[in-house]
Amino acid sequence: MDKTATKPSSLSDVAAAKQKKSPGAQSLGVGLEARGVHAWFSGKHVLDGISLDFWSGTVTALIGPSGCGKSTFIRTLNRMHEFIPGAQMAGEVLLDGKDIYESGTDVTKIRLKVGMVFQKPNPFPSMSIAENVLSGLKLAELKVADKDALLEDCLERAGLWSEVKDRLNAHGGSLSGGQQQRLCIARSLAVKPQVLLMDEPCSALDPGSTLKIEETISHLSSSMTIIIVTHNMQQAARVSDYTAFFLSDGGPGSMIEVGPTSEIFSRPRDTRTENYVTGRFG
Amino acid sequence: MSTVIATPKPGKPWTATPQQRLITASIYLGAVLVSFTLVAITPMKGKLAYFVVFFFSSLLIDFILSYIQRGMASAKDAIARGFVSVGMTLAVLPIFSILFEVVKRGYKGLNINLFTKDMSLTSVNDPIGNGGLIHAITGTIIMVAMALIVAMPIGILTAIYLTEIRGKFAAPIKFLVQAMSGVPSIVAGLFILSAYVYPITGALSGFAGSLALMILMIPTIARTSEEVLLLIPNDLREAGVALGGTQWRTVALVVVPAAKSGLVTALILGIARVAGETAPLVLLTGGGEKVNLNPFDGPMGSLPIYIWKCFGQGTEESIARAWSGILVLLVIVLALFISARFLSERKVAK
Repeated sequence: MDKTATKPSSLSDVAAAKQKKSPGAQSLGVGLEARGVHAWFSGKHVLDGISLDFWSGTVTALIGPSGCGKSTFIRTLNRMHEFIPGAQMAGEVLLDGKDIYESGTDVTKIRLKVGMVFQKPNPFPSMSIAENVLSGLKLAELKVADKDALLEDCLERAGLWSEVKDRLNAHGGSLSGGQQQRLCIARSLAVKPQVLLMDEPCSALDPGSTLKIEETISHLSSSMTIIIVTHNMQQAARVSDYTAFFLSDGGPGSMIEVGPTSEIFSRPRDTRTENYVTGRFG
Repeated sequence: MSTVIATPKPGKPWTATPQQRLITASIYLGAVLVSFTLVAITPMKGKLAYFVVFFFSSLLIDFILSYIQRGMASAKDAIARGFVSVGMTLAVLPIFSILFEVVKRGYKGLNINLFTKDMSLTSVNDPIGNGGLIHAITGTIIMVAMALIVAMPIGILTAIYLTEIRGKFAAPIKFLVQAMSGVPSIVAGLFILSAYVYPITGALSGFAGSLALMILMIPTIARTSEEVLLLIPNDLREAGVALGGTQWRTVALVVVPAAKSGLVTALILGIARVAGETAPLVLLTGGGEKVNLNPFDGPMGSLPIYIWKCFGQGTEESIARAWSGILVLLVIVLALFISARFLSERKVAK
C-alpha cells in the first residue's frame, strides 16, 4: 500500500521497495528451467536460444518491445506453442528436472502443473462463476472431496471472493473485465498448478483492476512460480523478483539480460536494457 | 439577475426537416406523374411499365437534386440507394405475394377435421369438411424426426471435424459437404430407391423417405454448425486446453455448450430444409391416405404429397384441400424459422 501512497520517483525505487519487502530469500528451488529454447512460425525463426531458470516462490517478469518473442516463449513453457499452425521449436523445458517435450509425456498433465492466464479475460460463457472456477476439475477429470471449500479458497486467493460470494451462480460474463480476469486466475488455481504463466494479464484492464491483480500475484508468489509477460514497466518493477529483458533486432528475439528486478531497473549491465527501462525506446 | 439554464429538450437534430421531407415526397410524386404521362403517351402498357418508368424517373430526379444540393459523391450515393431499394423490393415481393395467396386460398378450408381425420374414407368430390390431413401431418413429423435423429449427430460431428480437429481431410470434406447441399432432392430419392428400396425391402415405406430426407438434411446441419462453431473464439479452446483438458473434453465441455443455441438453430434450419421436400417422397413413401404410424411397413402420407395429390385430382374441393395443406405446411415451417431466429437472438443477448 505504501507503494502507491509514497509515489516513488523512479522505477528503480519501486523495484527496490519491492525487494526490501521480500528479499527473494524464500526461493524454494528451481521450479522451471528453459534450456536453449528456439521457436519458429512457418519456418520463420522468432526465438533464439533462451535459457532461463524460474525459481519456485518467485515472480519473474518478461519485458521487451512488441514482437520480441515474450509471448511465444511463455507459450513454449506449457506446450501451448504447438497449437499455432506452422509452429516449431527446439530446446528443452525442464519441469521437476524432466523435459516436458520428451516423447511419451502426457501433455495434459503438463498443462495441469503449468497453468496459464491469458491476455484477454476468457471465462467460459456457458458456465456460472462457480462452474468456471471448478471447470478445470471437470476438464481434467479430477476428483475433489470438498468442492465448496476449493471454490472459496480459489476465489479468495484470486481476490474475488468478497465480490462474488453472493452470486456464485451468476454468469461469468456478468462480471466486469477486471473481475473476469481474476475469475480466470481463480480458475487456473483450482487445478493446483506449480507454475502460473500470465501473458499480459492486465493489458485489457483499468488501473484499479490492475492493482487488484498485482496484489493477487504478490499473495500467490509465496506458494508457486509465477512468470508474467508485461508491457508495463511499473508493473514489472512492482510485482517481480526477477526481470528478463527480451529484444529482437529484426531477427529472432533473444534474451538480452536477466537479473534481480532491482538491478535491472537501477544498474542494468546492457545499454539496450537501460535504454528500454528508462523509456528511450520501445 | 440569475439566469436559470434550462435542460435542453431531447431531440434528433440529424433527422429530416419537414422541408427535406417535402422534397423527398415531391421526388416520388414527380416520378409517379412521369410514369403516368409516359405510359399514357407511349405504347408501353401494364403494371410493369409503371414500375420501370417510376423507378428510372425517381432515380433520375433524385440524382439531379442530390447533385445540385450536395455534389457528385452524394448523387452517386442516391443512385446506389435507388438500386438497393429496388433489389430489396424485388426480393421480398414474391415472398409476400406467396404468403398472401396461400392465406387467401387456404383459410377457407381450415376446420377441425383437418387435424383429426385422414383421407381414407373421403373421395375427391366430397365437400372440404369431409376428411382431413392428420395422416399427412403425422407422416411428415415421423419422417422428419427420424431423419433428424440420424442427421443431427452426423452433421454436428462433421462440423466438429471441420472446425476443431481440422484433420488432413478437412478441405475435401468441406468441399463435399458444400457440393452435397446442392444435390437435387430427386437425386437423393433415386439413390435411396436404387440402394435401399429395390435391393433390400422391395416395398415403399416412410423409412425410405426419411433416409432421403436425411441425405438432404446433413449438409445443411453440417454447414450451419460449422459457421456457428467458427464463431466461438479461439481463446476459449486455449483456456480449456490450458486447464489440462484433452481436446475432446474441451470440445464437449466448453466449445459445444458455448455454441449450443447456434447448434439448435442449425437443427431447425435442417428441419425446415426438408419439411417441404416432395420429389423423393413421391418416389419412396407411396403416399397413403390412412394414418400409418409404422414407418417400416406400408405407405406413409406426408404434407407435400398430400398437396401434390390434391392438385392432381383437379376437382374444386381437392384444390381447396391442397391450399389448406399448403397453409398448414407453411405455418409449420414458419414457426420453425421464427423459433430458430428467437433462439439465435437469445444467444446474442447474453
